[in-house]
Amino acid sequence: MKKIILILAIATLAALSSHAMAEEILNGAGASFPAPVYQAWAYEYNKATGARLNYQSIGSGGGVRQIVSRTVDFGASDDPIKPEQLKKDNLLQFPAVIGGVVPIVNVPGMKAGELKLDAEALCKIFLGEIKYWDDAKIKGLNTQAKLPHNEITVVHRSDGSGTTALFTNYLSATCPVWKSKVGEGKAVKWPVGIGGKGNEGVANYVKRTPHSIGYVEFAYAKQSKLAHTQLKNKAGNFVEPGFDSFEDAAAAGDFDPKKDFSTWLTNTPGKNSWPIAGATFILLAKDKKDANIKTVKFFDWAFKNGDTTAKSLTYVPLPTTLKDKVRAYWKTNGVY
Amino acid sequence: MPILKRKNPVDFSFSLVTALAALTILFLVGGIFIVLLRESSLAIGKFGLFDFLLSTEWNPVNNEFGAATAVYGTFVTTCIALIIAIPVAIGIAVFVTEIAPDFLKGPIGIAIELLAAIPSIIYGMWGLFTLAPLMARYVEPALQKSVGKLPVVGALFQGTPMGIDLFTASVILSIMIIPFTASISRDSFNLTPGIVKESAYAVGATKWEVIKDVVLPYSKLGVFGGIALSLGRALGETMAVAFVLGNNHQITSSLFDAAATITVTLANEFTEADTDMYLSSLFNLALVLFALSFVVLAIAKFFLLKAERRYSR
Repeated sequence: MKKIILILAIATLAALSSHAMAEEILNGAGASFPAPVYQAWAYEYNKATGARLNYQSIGSGGGVRQIVSRTVDFGASDDPIKPEQLKKDNLLQFPAVIGGVVPIVNVPGMKAGELKLDAEALCKIFLGEIKYWDDAKIKGLNTQAKLPHNEITVVHRSDGSGTTALFTNYLSATCPVWKSKVGEGKAVKWPVGIGGKGNEGVANYVKRTPHSIGYVEFAYAKQSKLAHTQLKNKAGNFVEPGFDSFEDAAAAGDFDPKKDFSTWLTNTPGKNSWPIAGATFILLAKDKKDANIKTVKFFDWAFKNGDTTAKSLTYVPLPTTLKDKVRAYWKTNGVY
Repeated sequence: MPILKRKNPVDFSFSLVTALAALTILFLVGGIFIVLLRESSLAIGKFGLFDFLLSTEWNPVNNEFGAATAVYGTFVTTCIALIIAIPVAIGIAVFVTEIAPDFLKGPIGIAIELLAAIPSIIYGMWGLFTLAPLMARYVEPALQKSVGKLPVVGALFQGTPMGIDLFTASVILSIMIIPFTASISRDSFNLTPGIVKESAYAVGATKWEVIKDVVLPYSKLGVFGGIALSLGRALGETMAVAFVLGNNHQITSSLFDAAATITVTLANEFTEADTDMYLSSLFNLALVLFALSFVVLAIAKFFLLKAERRYSR
C-alpha cells in the first residue's frame, strides 16, 4: 500500500512538474538520515542552476530496492553495499556526507562530555554485563567522577535504522562477545533495555530516565541538550564528538574506489578520530548514463558549494581528499 | 436477482454499476490476501507456517524469524485494553441513553465521536510525551505498591516502571477503542423499545433494575458486536502503540516490560528490512494479522446479525 501511494506521489509530482516547465528533474529515494541535507542542497542547486532534484526519504532499504528496480535516478543508503552485491545489481556507489553515532547519558550531576567510556565498557553496558554506574570498569575510566550506585537503564532504537547498524557495527568490531552474541544490523536482538522509536524516542527516554544511556545520531545529540560521552578511540585517546573528530575519522577511513568506497568508519586509527562514524552513500544504476551524469553534476556542485549548508545542519562534509577520490571514481566510470 | 431482470435498460445498467462497485471490494480483499501470501511464501517455505507461529525467535541478524512474541504482545495489549475499555464504554452508553438529562446527551455524544476521530499518531505522541511519564512516575509505582505485593497477580507488576511497556500501550489502546464500544452500545441500548422499559417502570422497577434486567439483556448481542469491532481496531492499531511499546521481541510475565505487537513490528521494521527473508517474514506477520482480524470480524458480524434478527422479529 505504502509503495503504491509512493509511486502515485512520485508520478503525480513528476507529472505536475513536467507540466509546469520542461526542465531537468532528478528523482532520488532512500535513507532518511541525510534527507534534510539533500533537500537543502536541492533547494540551493535549484536556485543556482534551475535544475530540480526530488528526494524521497523512504529509508535505506527502500532506496536500495528502488534503484535495483530502476524506478529512481539514484538511491541512497546509510550503510555501505558490498562490491559483490553492487556488481550483481550493476550499481555504482559513492559517499555523500559523514554521519556518526554518539552515546548519550543521563547520570545526575554528570555534565555533557564529562563521562569517559571505551569500547569494552560500552559493549558490556549494552550486553547487560555492567549493571551499575559505579562498576569498577567505569570507575577505572573516570577516576575523578562521582558515580552513583544505581542500575543502568539501556535505551536503544525500536525501529530498524542506519544509526543502529553503525552502532552495532562498532560494537561488533571492537567486542568479540557482542559479535558472537548479538551481531550487527539495522535491527538486532537486544540483550537488555527498552526501545524508543526514532532518535527523538531514544533522546526523550534518556532525558526523562535518570541513570540511563542511549545512542543517537550526532546531529541529534548536538541539537538537543543531552549529555554525550567521550569515547576512547583506537589510537587510545579520549575524543569528543564534533566536526573535527568526524572529519578525522573520514580521513583515516579505508575508502577504496576499487571497492566502491564500501567501508564503515568505525574504530578508525586516526589520532583524533571519533570511533563511531560512517558515510551515507549514493547508489547509481550503471546502465542509466544520462541520469548518472545529472546526478553526479548535482553532487559535484554540492561538494563545491554545500559544505556550509551541511555544517549548519550538523552534517559532516567529506574531507577534500575524499571528494577528489570520488571525482576520480566518477571519471573512471565515465559519468563525470 | 434484480440484475438478471432486464426490464429497463437504465435500471439494468444502474444495477450493473453498483454490482461492479461491490465486486471491487471482493477483488481488493482477495488481491491483498494473494499478495500477502505470495510475498510471505519465502518465509513460510523456510520456517513453516506453524513453526513460524510458535517460534519466539526474532533475530534479523541471523535471519531467524518467528511470530510468537508479536502475537503474544498483540494478544496481551488487546485483552487488557478491552478489560479497561468495556466497563467504561458501557457506563458511558448507559449514562447517555438512560440517565443523562437531554441537554447533556448531545455534547457527550459529540465528544465520543470526536475521540474516535483523533488520528492515532496524535495518541502516540501524547502517549510518549505525556502518558508514559505519568505512568512511570505515578501509576505504575502505585500499582507495584498495592497489587504488586499480592502473591500470584503481583508477578504481572514486577520490574522497573519505565512507562514504555505493555501496560501503557494497553491504556492508550483502551482510550482509543472506548468511543467505538460506547457508540455501538449506545445505539443498541436505544433500540430497546420504550414500551418494554415503561412496562418495567410501571410494575415498580427502579432505574438500576430496568437497565440491568431489561436494557442490557435486550441489547446484549449488539454490545458484543461492538466489543468485537473494537477488538478488531485494537488488533490493528499501530502508531499509537508503536511509540510506547518498545518493540522488544520477548515474552515476559510482567506488564511493565517492553514487548512487540504485529503492527508495531511492521511499522518499525518494514522500511529498513534489508534481506529478502526479513521482508518476507514481515509479510508473513501481516498475513497472520490479516487472518486474525478476519476471524475477529467474522465473530463480530455473527453477533451483530443475530442481534438484528432478534430486533426485527
